[in-house]
Amino acid sequence: MSGGHAHPLHLHRDSPVHRLAPEAKILATVLFTVVVVVTPRTEFWAFAGYALLLAAVAAAARVPAGWLAKRATIELPFVLLAVALPFAGHGERVTWLGMSLSVDGLYGAWNIAAKGTLGVLTSLLLAATTTVRDLIYGLDRLRCPQVFVQIATFMLRYLDILADDARRMRVARLSRGYDPRFLWQVKAFAVGVGALFLRTYERGERVYLAMVSRGYTGRLPVPDAGGATAVQWAASPALPAAAACVALVAVLR
Amino acid sequence: MTAALEISSLSYAYPDGSPALRGVDLHVARGERVAILGPNGAGKTTLVLHLNGILHGGDGSVRVGGLAVEPQDRARLMEIRRRVGIVFQDPDDQLFMPTVAEDVAFGPANLGLRGADLAERVDEALAAVDMADYRTRAPHHLSFGQRRRVAVATVLAMRPEILVLDEPSSNLDPASRRELSQILRAQPVTLLMVTHDLPYALELCPRSVILDAGRVVADGPTVELLADEALMRQHRLELPYGFDPALAAAQIGSLHQ
Repeated sequence: MSGGHAHPLHLHRDSPVHRLAPEAKILATVLFTVVVVVTPRTEFWAFAGYALLLAAVAAAARVPAGWLAKRATIELPFVLLAVALPFAGHGERVTWLGMSLSVDGLYGAWNIAAKGTLGVLTSLLLAATTTVRDLIYGLDRLRCPQVFVQIATFMLRYLDILADDARRMRVARLSRGYDPRFLWQVKAFAVGVGALFLRTYERGERVYLAMVSRGYTGRLPVPDAGGATAVQWAASPALPAAAACVALVAVLR
Repeated sequence: MTAALEISSLSYAYPDGSPALRGVDLHVARGERVAILGPNGAGKTTLVLHLNGILHGGDGSVRVGGLAVEPQDRARLMEIRRRVGIVFQDPDDQLFMPTVAEDVAFGPANLGLRGADLAERVDEALAAVDMADYRTRAPHHLSFGQRRRVAVATVLAMRPEILVLDEPSSNLDPASRRELSQILRAQPVTLLMVTHDLPYALELCPRSVILDAGRVVADGPTVELLADEALMRQHRLELPYGFDPALAAAQIGSLHQ
């Protein structure tokens, strides 16, 4: 199932993690994230434990650390917000390097940075080891409502076509001397967006007609291939269970 | 033997009241290849959408292999849609699944096929259009000609009795155009082809029907219709510059003897 749908977050490798059924991976990701989020922010050792667990998964999936780090930069805007907290926070304050910092704000910043980073890394690992197509299969097998699965399927198929349409329309505008540098030139762009919407809407109708012509009655056929095996289901809670153990030890200590 | 397709005095008006079909009669025998010609707005696509019951509600009747198209009868409609395979003009409208094989499987899966039977249909249809090596590819990574061929396969996988093509040669380069005509010629089905590409109609279809303003205005051997200059001019049909239908027909005849 490597066909075509390469996306920038996917790393095409062969590893035990790549081979795991997508629904098992989705479940593990969600559970792990929940464990991370409910961990009290003062349990520093627990977070170190989580990071180690993720490092182990990354190693098993043969995803290089640098590759992960580069893509984790998506988190930066949110972390920047967290940087402001120690300065803006109220309550007890400490002085460090001549700066007066709020203790509560420091904890808050740590909380956002640690949990955010762990969450982003977990999602990146899921994306790196699972194609979009498999993610959709996984959601379908997890009994995610058909409507969402179908919308995601269509989005996956038509996003590129939509982007192509938009690009062609832009090139056609530029070719007729359009030079969007000033605010009042936004009109042509807005009209272009409207035209794109209409095109998409009309295409939706044509796609539907073509589907009905092939006997569509409101349900996409379910592919018979695959599905998580019992062994894979048994393996899927390994990561969240390990994380839960770390959390318990840290809290009970 | 019943005809593959019998349309009698079919009329249809769009919801805004503008008439699109005004009493169309057309009989097509099994195994025939017929081109439907006519200017833009003649009602060609409207007629096509009547063949499998997507449009309905006007006067007249459509029978496919003796079975009347009855939009209220869901089971029968499914059978009609199996018998009549429509290949739409833009392959991107037709191919909506993430991979070629899944898209080809969509039609037969709707017919209730699963497992090995379904896989057999997909293999057979992709082999028929010479695209078997592309089964795991995403449709948007294929060339336009390849997408058109896959679109034909998605319909062939339902083993239709009538294959209907809307502008099959549009946007194809000459080589893809020739490959498609070879594929279509090899299919043991009744073929109906809506087109503005008159040489293509002559190449593939011994018989043509000219539709204009919602009526069948001419029905006969393609070469005779194309050679009738007055008829052609009257219905806004024009041959490519320098194209001689009689000469071309003779060449095609010797080619396919």
